[in-house]
Amino acid sequence: MPVWEIIGPVMVGPSSSHTAGAAHIGRIVRMCWGGDVRRAELYMRGSFASTGAGHGTDKALIAGLLGMRPDDPDIRRALTLAREAGMEFSFYTEEVAGAHPNSVRVVVSEGERSMEVVGYSIGGGAVILHKLDGFQVDISCALPAVIIMNRDVSGVVSAVTSYLSAHNVNIATMKLHRDTRGGLATMVIELDSADERVDISTIKNLHPGIVRVIGIEGEN
Amino acid sequence: MLKAVGKIVALASERGISFPEAVLILDAAESGVPAPEIRSRMAERLADMRRSVREACAGGVCCRIEGAMGPKLRGYHGAMAGDFLMSAAATAMEVASYNAAMGRIVAAPTAGSCGILPGMLFAWEYFHGGDRDTERLLTEALITAGAIGEVTAFRATLAGAYGGCQAECGAAAAMGAAALAYLQGGSPAICAHAAAMTFKSVLGLVCDPVGGLVECPCIKRNGILVANGTICADMALAGIESVIPLDEVIDSMGQIGRMMAPALRETSQGGLAVTPTAAALMKKLGETGKLGG
Repeated sequence: MPVWEIIGPVMVGPSSSHTAGAAHIGRIVRMCWGGDVRRAELYMRGSFASTGAGHGTDKALIAGLLGMRPDDPDIRRALTLAREAGMEFSFYTEEVAGAHPNSVRVVVSEGERSMEVVGYSIGGGAVILHKLDGFQVDISCALPAVIIMNRDVSGVVSAVTSYLSAHNVNIATMKLHRDTRGGLATMVIELDSADERVDISTIKNLHPGIVRVIGIEGEN
Repeated sequence: MLKAVGKIVALASERGISFPEAVLILDAAESGVPAPEIRSRMAERLADMRRSVREACAGGVCCRIEGAMGPKLRGYHGAMAGDFLMSAAATAMEVASYNAAMGRIVAAPTAGSCGILPGMLFAWEYFHGGDRDTERLLTEALITAGAIGEVTAFRATLAGAYGGCQAECGAAAAMGAAALAYLQGGSPAICAHAAAMTFKSVLGLVCDPVGGLVECPCIKRNGILVANGTICADMALAGIESVIPLDEVIDSMGQIGRMMAPALRETSQGGLAVTPTAAALMKKLGETGKLGG
């Protein structure tokens, strides 16, 4: 950790894990959803549930869903701002065996469409996007990333990697998961740097097996 | 990642350069970020820190269990501890209170210890800065402080959950001591002795916050530990040396942290957090501080 990370981050207090990390998770959920969040149910786990109120974890999560970064002074007023913006939200606590001590499950919905995300806060403001709609993702979202959900058929991975390679974009890490053979699969690709040549809607049309593509901005 | 303060001191004396200049050379080589870029990032941090002090001291900050303490200290005259410490402690507590009240601060090195460095640095600027280029000097002091933190993160920890308060407020005070020693013209070795003696004064300090809130005893500890750091900087500048070198003291801090019972490491299951008064305060707070309120 270089000196500018020791003296930092610039953040709204009081806690890097329970406030800055929570805002970060909320913002990632918003990116996964792909736009304004109208309705959210938040299930607090571990110490998010037990000490979250004192640390403004609830405000920080909602602030993130509104698109605020961890240093936005409006985090304090996030619940009011969300209501004014017409967002419906409710908080619950849940006990899940083996859950990370600082974690939250967020269900976002609008009409027929819904999405479920589980995120962890791992300290110092850093977080992990753990699950998306039941699929294991496990990325820090520090680097820009592309999450691709597809039917488990051949050719999807090569279509995507050929596209990236044709545009000279370097892959930092890549993970593949699937629920059952021939069922649904996810491909999680972290990139070394944000690149305007990586176009989400183009990726969606690379292969007929691709169902959904999500872009994560990364931190810088 | 800087791994030893001894290496920074050795490079500085070998080349006849200052402590922060040696840090910039080593950090640039490690990270690939050029030294002028590191310097400008730290200047930005200083500007953010200055803003946090301005906002915190403007008043209107409301914590859950602690009242406003900075104004009391500022309104008190004839202090035995002197004007520098009164001012530094008041600023430190105001910034720490602002953090607790969801104000925007610079974690230095953590959010819970965010008042200590601004308290020490801006008191120095007010009382000793004179007509010098304090923006440049304070940026260099922040680089000096950051390097002590960087080595501490590598050799021990900066997280209360792993090392107790010695790793958060203790580390901040040690970082501030090295920074003050630098600002007062101390050699790189003197900066290291100042930090070593400060760490030695906080070894074993536990993290036992009431209700898990970053208020009691955290805010007052921000104010109190600026005094440890300041006296240690003065002792080092007077020629007093730490028998145990800084890197070994940091190793001890890490070892003590690992030996500390988990109940005393930010879990609020021991110490002040489980006193009858803490329990009563939490019961009262529980009736008003609901999630999603």
